[in-house]
Amino acid sequence: MMTNPGNRLTQGQFSFLPDLTDAQITAQLKYALKNNWAVGIEYTDDPHPRNTYWEMYGNPMFDLKDPAGILMEINNCRKTFPNHYVRVTAFDSTRGVESPTMSYIVNRPKKEPGFGLVRQEAEGRNIRYTVHSYATDKAEAERY
Amino acid sequence: MNENTSDDTPVDLDAAFRDSHIQEVLDKLDRELIGLKPVKTRIRETAALLLVDRLRKGFGLSADAPSLHMCFTGNPGTGKTTVALRMAEILHHLGYVRQGHLVSVTRDDLVGQYIGHTAPKTKEVIKKAMGGVLFIDEAYYLYKPENERDYGAESIEILLQVMENNRDDLVVILAGYKDRMDKFFESNPGMRSRIAHHIDFPDYSPEELCSIAQLMLEKSQYHFSPEAEKIFKDYIVRRMELPHFANARSVRNALDRMRMRQANRLFEKRTSKLTKADLVTIEADDILASRLFNGTDEKKAT
Repeated sequence: MMTNPGNRLTQGQFSFLPDLTDAQITAQLKYALKNNWAVGIEYTDDPHPRNTYWEMYGNPMFDLKDPAGILMEINNCRKTFPNHYVRVTAFDSTRGVESPTMSYIVNRPKKEPGFGLVRQEAEGRNIRYTVHSYATDKAEAERY
Repeated sequence: MNENTSDDTPVDLDAAFRDSHIQEVLDKLDRELIGLKPVKTRIRETAALLLVDRLRKGFGLSADAPSLHMCFTGNPGTGKTTVALRMAEILHHLGYVRQGHLVSVTRDDLVGQYIGHTAPKTKEVIKKAMGGVLFIDEAYYLYKPENERDYGAESIEILLQVMENNRDDLVVILAGYKDRMDKFFESNPGMRSRIAHHIDFPDYSPEELCSIAQLMLEKSQYHFSPEAEKIFKDYIVRRMELPHFANARSVRNALDRMRMRQANRLFEKRTSKLTKADLVTIEADDILASRLFNGTDEKKAT
């Protein structure tokens, strides 16, 4: 049974919705800036859910006042990695919090092969399950 | 409203003017900035243009965002930075920039130390200035013709690109001394053509400098005694003849020194009875103590 047609990656916020438009992204960025969160842009071609550390595209952007600058960077990143996953994260640097507060995907590869379920036979009749991304069978940068 | 509106639809420019609160900003400008006639005229013109553009947009008429990059030239202390700050506020009121903050930078903030350092550094600054005004003080330092390996040129290139492509995201204001800015533009014709407004800041007259001094004193809650006021005028005239005269900045420094002398004078007669009036009054003696008035070592005067 197809539970997720198109195998869309569902990580972070808004991932079950259609892709955000630039205007919608700007609105989200505005919200992050209003809360004084630093916004960073990250990309990867290994979308396994346990792969938490994506590559950073430039430095996280502190002290910004307007979303236009971030949107410019997002578009630069999309241009550089048109077939990677790109996500935007907001980071709350308040002492004692210091953690990401938002994370959503703003760019995805044209074709997402999705994940397969791998079953491993273990002792007795035990079965171990693991999730495997089809894309990672290929070498880095050739995946999508 | 749309293009079908007939040509004689009334236009309420006055209401739009009142709504924009632009008069308050202009009044504040008139109150707090002495002189600077050409600058104020230019600001008024810009404000009018933006307001009319906004009304045109309401009728669906084409209103391309005008290029508002500016260049302020003038001698030291003529109020370039102050006006830039005001400019950010005015453009914000008119809805031309979204946030209305001012990011003030110099060469050091834009140009890097080694290859590949400049572009990210410049871009970082630009990103911070988006939605507001980027003020580049002493902009002519960006370009150093004597060193062809200087990274300043790279920074200029990025700036040019942003000034062209992100015109509605930020306004760039360059500032510097007239002759050096002229030379800078000569060697960067691209920069010159992308800056629509060249505003020259004139030097202040002695009377204007006196009113500036009054305003500064008022702000820090001091005032001149009647004689002191007369002598201060004399002081300004003498000071203007000396080298390194920096207009309003020199006035501010002079006032700081006078406050110091006043404090010293009060301290010396601390045993006698003092009143509140003594604390806020600058007397003629405080000015006369300046080296400008002892003819002997006039050259060393500051």
